[in-house]
Amino acid sequence: MAFALTPEREKEVDELLSRYPTKRAALIPILWVCQRQIGWVSPEVIQWVADRLELTTAQVKGVVTFYTMFHQEPVGENVIWVCRTLSCDLRGAKAIQEHLEGKLGCHAGGTSEDGKFTLLKAECLAACGQAPMVQINDDYHENLTLEEVDAILDRYASEEAAQ
Amino acid sequence: MSDEKDPPSDAEDVKAAAEKEAPKPAAEPAPKPTSVAPKAATPSTPPKAGSIAPKPSSIAPKASSIAPQATGFKPLISARYDIPDAHKLEVAERHGAYKVARRALMGMTPEKLKEEVKAASIRGRGGAGFPAGVKWGFLNPGEGEQVYLVINGDESEPGTFKDRTIMNLDPHRLIEGILITCYAIGAHRCWIYVRGELAHSIKILDAALEEARKKGYVGARPFGKPHEIEIFTHTGAGAYICGEETGLLNSLEGRRGEPRLKPPFPAIKGAFDMPTIVNNIETIAAVPDIIEMGGESWNKLSRLSPGDGGTRLYGISGHVKKPGVYEAPVGISMRDLIDEYGGGMLHDDRPLKGVIPGGSSTPVLRPDWKVDAPNEDHPLHKWHGMSEIDVPMGVDTYRALGTMLGTCCAIVMDSSVNMVEATRNLMRFYKHESCGQCTPCREGSGWLVDVLDQICSGKGSVEDVETLADIANNMMGNTICAFADGTAMPLLGMVQKYREEFVEAAKAGTPLDVRHDASTRDLLEGATA
Repeated sequence: MAFALTPEREKEVDELLSRYPTKRAALIPILWVCQRQIGWVSPEVIQWVADRLELTTAQVKGVVTFYTMFHQEPVGENVIWVCRTLSCDLRGAKAIQEHLEGKLGCHAGGTSEDGKFTLLKAECLAACGQAPMVQINDDYHENLTLEEVDAILDRYASEEAAQ
Repeated sequence: MSDEKDPPSDAEDVKAAAEKEAPKPAAEPAPKPTSVAPKAATPSTPPKAGSIAPKPSSIAPKASSIAPQATGFKPLISARYDIPDAHKLEVAERHGAYKVARRALMGMTPEKLKEEVKAASIRGRGGAGFPAGVKWGFLNPGEGEQVYLVINGDESEPGTFKDRTIMNLDPHRLIEGILITCYAIGAHRCWIYVRGELAHSIKILDAALEEARKKGYVGARPFGKPHEIEIFTHTGAGAYICGEETGLLNSLEGRRGEPRLKPPFPAIKGAFDMPTIVNNIETIAAVPDIIEMGGESWNKLSRLSPGDGGTRLYGISGHVKKPGVYEAPVGISMRDLIDEYGGGMLHDDRPLKGVIPGGSSTPVLRPDWKVDAPNEDHPLHKWHGMSEIDVPMGVDTYRALGTMLGTCCAIVMDSSVNMVEATRNLMRFYKHESCGQCTPCREGSGWLVDVLDQICSGKGSVEDVETLADIANNMMGNTICAFADGTAMPLLGMVQKYREEFVEAAKAGTPLDVRHDASTRDLLEGATA
């Protein structure tokens, strides 16, 4: 199915295009807008963005594959990034990751069976002084304990249920 | 991957954890400088029901506070950190924001402004330590060329988390710095490149820019001056290499963030082929204070004045009681940073084993290694025979010490850390982040991880330690950008300073009970240390 943005997001794209002297410069911000709408960067998104910015699909895909935050396949409703780089690891990031794996029933790189959470390992997220930490969607959760991880997961799960 | 399983943690056993404090909202005053005893549990604040966005922790990292300062020290960059809602224009302005920009644009010439910044001798805060004033001087735009200012907010160097505090707590200081800088260098357009993960910071910056636009500070006539300045944020999407200035420019132009061959340097041919200045967030946020005080007075705040001027943000993470971001004069020692600002070592019975001084690319310091500078004209002669961690933290002093000041954000490791494992952790990072353009870096960073995996799993041999050094030496200087050097240098530093540990691991592997993260499990589970 062909991809299209909502009218509101179309306006966002127009605004983004006005920020740069070239169309191509808006590529990464526009990919973000698309990913926010459907959760990942599908082949249809790549086609749509290429058409919109007068680029080839290869040029767009080359950019998509370079950046870790663009999902090249569908992900769960929430994406959890566990920072595993040194400062976090010194403060227990591995235990946080394993705890999450146990709770969600999937390894890092996988999605929980109910489709609510995708668990991913991240390299340094610039919150070293608040280690250990995870990023869930746009939000940072810092200075974590295992107990807090449980509470946070519950909150996301219930928020989903309420919607 | 190389993640061997530790015994699974049992959620049922988890006691109310946390000797650490709950995240605090921006509004709250700094945590008291008294030390937090490892087991004096402060109950963590339960998350607010119904609100998913963890505003407090995201906006204000708990320790973005101003530290126990040397008497008489007046914070500059972080002066508004503890003021509630300082990210709002009205509040920031009440506390002095935009005063300097107004004066600079209306009453000073670009030449005068550049002079002041040069006199300040502010060494670039992004890691390379190049004097900003000198960098600005490289601009020489030709006929019909536009000058651009690009702010580097990619902040991806492991251990580094200082620029985020400026964006979150005082975005107007950055915007004010941008306005002055744009006017000084003759730029009309500025992009703030922020890594994609920092979505909250971008929201805060966008809101602050919107406010400044409404006020007329950003736009066609800032403060009435007919010098148009437009400022935009640009969101990255997860790639460490975009912190390298030419990788960043490619990413800004909608390409893969692969660094460019230099020359031409950005000041000659940068963003969109135009002359471009790329500066770190903290560097630009310091500009209003430099102009307000005058470059020379600002310079003198440093203990390493005049070569390395001013105050700067120090970050500290890892095994200390009070990790966080602290402002202090340039030139305090690592020992001061750990003991005075970081609150000392996290566990009183675990002494300091090593500290990575300025982000993961900077070679480690070992406290029991002494400065060897018997020669009187050696720049570190004054510290001859003292511990490495007693040398003042400055761009030039640290270079003379064989390491780098980098981003000035330290990762502190106590005696429980296995340095081979710590090195492996960092090398995994570099393998993941190598952009892949140059063969020595793309292949070398992977080989380093392979060899370290082999050593740690007990399948290594003593020659592997030499192999590590050999790979690293063949990466350095053979690539387009400094990434390969930034990978090789910390590896070589670790192998040099903790060789015995590498040899030991090469013979027997690193058992689970010396893994550096096994020792911190107690922090999370509330078990006895």
